[in-house]
Amino acid sequence: MTPVEAGMLGQVALLAAAVASALLVPSARWRSRVSGILCALLAAAGVVTGAIALSGGRGALTIPTTLPMDPLVLSPDRLGGLVMVVVSVVGVLASLFGIGSARVASASRTAWASMAVFLFGMQLVPAATDVVSFLLFWEIMTLGSTALLLAHHATRGTVASALVWYSAMSQLSFFFVLAGFAVLAGATGGTGFAALATLDPSSWQASLAFVLLLLGFGGKAELVPLHVWVPRVLPEAPGHVAAAMSGAMVNIGVYGALLVCVRLLPNGPAWWGVLIMALGAVSALYGILQASVASNLKVLLAYSTTENMGLVFLGLGASVLLRGDHATGAADAALLAALLLMVSHAAFKATLFLGAGAVARSTREMNLDRLGGLGSRMPWTAGAFGAAALGAAALPVTSGFVAEWMLLQALVHGSRVGGEVVSVTSSVAMPLAVAVIALTAGLALLTFVKAYGIAFLARPRSAQATAAREVPLIMRIPLIIGALLVIGLGLLPGPLTVALASAVGPAFTPDVRTIGLAGVDARGIDVVLDPTTFVALAALVLLPVLAAILISARRHPTRVSPLPWAGGGSRLRPRMQYTATSYAEPLVRVFDDVLRPTRDVEVTHVGESRYLVERVHVEQTVSDVIETRFYRPVLGLAQRFGVLARRAQNGSIHRYLSYSFVALLVVLIVVSL
Amino acid sequence: MIPAIAIALLQLVLFVFLSPLLIGVMRQVRARLEGRAGSGIWQPWRDVRKLVAKDPVRAADSSWMLAAGPVTLLASSLLLCVLLPLVGTLPLPLVPSDLFVIVSMMLIGVVALALVGLDAGTAFGGMGSSRHMTVAALVEPTLLLAVYALSIPAGTSTLSLIVETRLQNPAVIISPVSLLAMVALAIAIMAETSRLPIDNPSTHLELTMLHEAMVLEASGRDLAWLELGSWLKLAALLGLLSNLILPWGVLTDFSLPGVLVGLGAVTAKILLLGVALSVGEVFLAKVRLFRVPELLAGSFALALLAVTASYLVA
Repeated sequence: MTPVEAGMLGQVALLAAAVASALLVPSARWRSRVSGILCALLAAAGVVTGAIALSGGRGALTIPTTLPMDPLVLSPDRLGGLVMVVVSVVGVLASLFGIGSARVASASRTAWASMAVFLFGMQLVPAATDVVSFLLFWEIMTLGSTALLLAHHATRGTVASALVWYSAMSQLSFFFVLAGFAVLAGATGGTGFAALATLDPSSWQASLAFVLLLLGFGGKAELVPLHVWVPRVLPEAPGHVAAAMSGAMVNIGVYGALLVCVRLLPNGPAWWGVLIMALGAVSALYGILQASVASNLKVLLAYSTTENMGLVFLGLGASVLLRGDHATGAADAALLAALLLMVSHAAFKATLFLGAGAVARSTREMNLDRLGGLGSRMPWTAGAFGAAALGAAALPVTSGFVAEWMLLQALVHGSRVGGEVVSVTSSVAMPLAVAVIALTAGLALLTFVKAYGIAFLARPRSAQATAAREVPLIMRIPLIIGALLVIGLGLLPGPLTVALASAVGPAFTPDVRTIGLAGVDARGIDVVLDPTTFVALAALVLLPVLAAILISARRHPTRVSPLPWAGGGSRLRPRMQYTATSYAEPLVRVFDDVLRPTRDVEVTHVGESRYLVERVHVEQTVSDVIETRFYRPVLGLAQRFGVLARRAQNGSIHRYLSYSFVALLVVLIVVSL
Repeated sequence: MIPAIAIALLQLVLFVFLSPLLIGVMRQVRARLEGRAGSGIWQPWRDVRKLVAKDPVRAADSSWMLAAGPVTLLASSLLLCVLLPLVGTLPLPLVPSDLFVIVSMMLIGVVALALVGLDAGTAFGGMGSSRHMTVAALVEPTLLLAVYALSIPAGTSTLSLIVETRLQNPAVIISPVSLLAMVALAIAIMAETSRLPIDNPSTHLELTMLHEAMVLEASGRDLAWLELGSWLKLAALLGLLSNLILPWGVLTDFSLPGVLVGLGAVTAKILLLGVALSVGEVFLAKVRLFRVPELLAGSFALALLAVTASYLVA
């Protein structure tokens, strides 16, 4: 038995142990501890298995079946190993966090059992080498996550509707994936991925399958227009579940797209690339725009996932387009950038959601307008959240920065090979993509300055925020590990990039080396980045400044005043501070046409006076245009159809008998023709 | 390698000395044009010295951000002075003056300033911070696209190589593509450095404040670092702009006379551009905040035109 096989069998065994412990341990507190540790071990087994597969280890498990098709084999290749590592690392962090954070409802038997099932399904999707086992684990993953979301259904009314949205959208993407694979299987006559890969990418079946699969996987990766479940579902999920869904599960969607573009149908026509890029660009812009105006921390993070996945798909699409134009170096770099974005997103988004979970636990409040001043009350959470927010805003020295830098470099170097313009399409697409990324990055900056600044800086805006306390050690550990991953991968990106480059072979062969301490040297487009040198340089230029501060601080110590100057106002209350809503107000005005905010201002006057105001109540909601303009009409239509259909189904036995009779007649007539 | 490090250090020292002077000259020119006596060109230097020798006062509810933010902004501006091709274009080992890296370095400073504005917990600070970030978000596409357009003739996104290409082939400078990109870049830099017509640097009226609103709560050395950091950023970006328009005098091969010429050239160019900017600002009024996006959209269109034209026409 090879290590990979042992690792996969170990995951099966740990799944059984985790489910058994979740069902058998009677006390909620001990259940959280035992099942949490077993879930973490299950995920750790995934990390080890994936790491071995990524480094070239092989092994295959066959699921016995009597169905007449290609055998169901689990055997992760390098790419699968990579994705397995990424989702499992997030799984470990989420499980550890869950030990401390899971309470009454989220520590129930169902919750912990489905957590284990969810992690297991997610970790084994990338191991599948044929359509049936892929879909099997895909559905196990969906099932586990759906049951997990049920946790709070008894106490919060919104959970049920969120769950309906989630189930419907999951099944929609499953339908697209199934249909896409069915087209491929029909065209090639096999169900193994090796058989599917024999299809000519220029055939119409390939294109049809590509579009269907792109929609299906895009739905899982929370892309527009299939993202509508995200802002409903993630805020309802407990912190560790949201981290696992948004940090890990979306990567399965990306893996699906990679499977299509790298493994099954490499060398697709250029318009595939344009389509993926368009989908990615729209998602990135729409996601970040919604995130930047969101006031609920979890909604903000949820929309930001749509943005990040949009960027991943933008990179992937650019890689397909550039490959079609024979700009191989840039195409490889764009693919690497997409992978870097996926990995860094997993690290920072998991940390951000865990941070949000910690804030939720301490304050029971997710509305940024009622938070504030948490930095001094929860310093560890603030530090970890801050580091991850830097990553999400793609600032140096984080993994998010390295990824975005690579993507921009690939795009800038893509349109010309040896000074010659490669194609008109890419001459227009690349500058537009650069602009989209730049605007996205700018808005992401605003979004995360808002998220961090409003929640963790300044003064608390409510009693709950004033009373907040730091979370226990078991919840701090995963937060700190996550933050260290974000910074570590940003400081030393070289080894990761080389590993990623090995994962996309043999179809793609990016030429990257490590340079300096652990910097990236992308030979294909001739660019280098060594973040450690920037840190060293910054330290160097700051030395005299720090010396000046020390000297100055000795002579002129800092004085603390209870009241800031505040423009001379002395009756300054915490409520007078800027809130998340007011912070985003200029942006709401600028993007008024896209966001369509509804504002309700209610003024209560003192007595009969027209001039003295007693109270002003302002309420602003920003709707999801895609939901109100696209989904609502479709749903309305379906409902009207349902009402009509109900007339035919009124429960009368006579009517049903007559239906049977008519049906029989019709059949007889058809047969006799 | 040694010459490159020497030039980088030289740039650093020169700009720390030069940037308060630049601000002093700009204020003095403006004062004279407006019929005032002005406070002399050394006033910014005196201000910094005065601020460092004062006790900083911090609000009780503020966090470590109020102390760390100003230093971060200063560090980001100092790094700009080290990395940009100002005096010379000699490449540092492992640290190319990569456009995207430099923009991110600058954004660290932008973010630090915005967080400082929020930290004191006052309405002014939040307002300035919000407006500042909105403008920063909208400027970024223009900024990146403009330099992308400039990078196409050189075939690289390394700024020092772009400047060298323009030095060797001056025809590039007056090509329509380059002109479009330069106009777009100039507008983006005005917005980034909080100058007219986007922000009024000499205002103390709440409705017109962007940058000033964020530094209201800072005092003592915190304020000194914030001011110096902002001045350094302005000087460095003006230096970049002037080297792109007039690349002559930039040091490409290390030699002692070359260094002196480089120092003199960049000083003269920056002061010249500063005076021109100052004269221009006398005739400009600040644009209303919600008209700023239109201005930026216009400059974005120019930049996009520049990029696509350089592919499709060339």
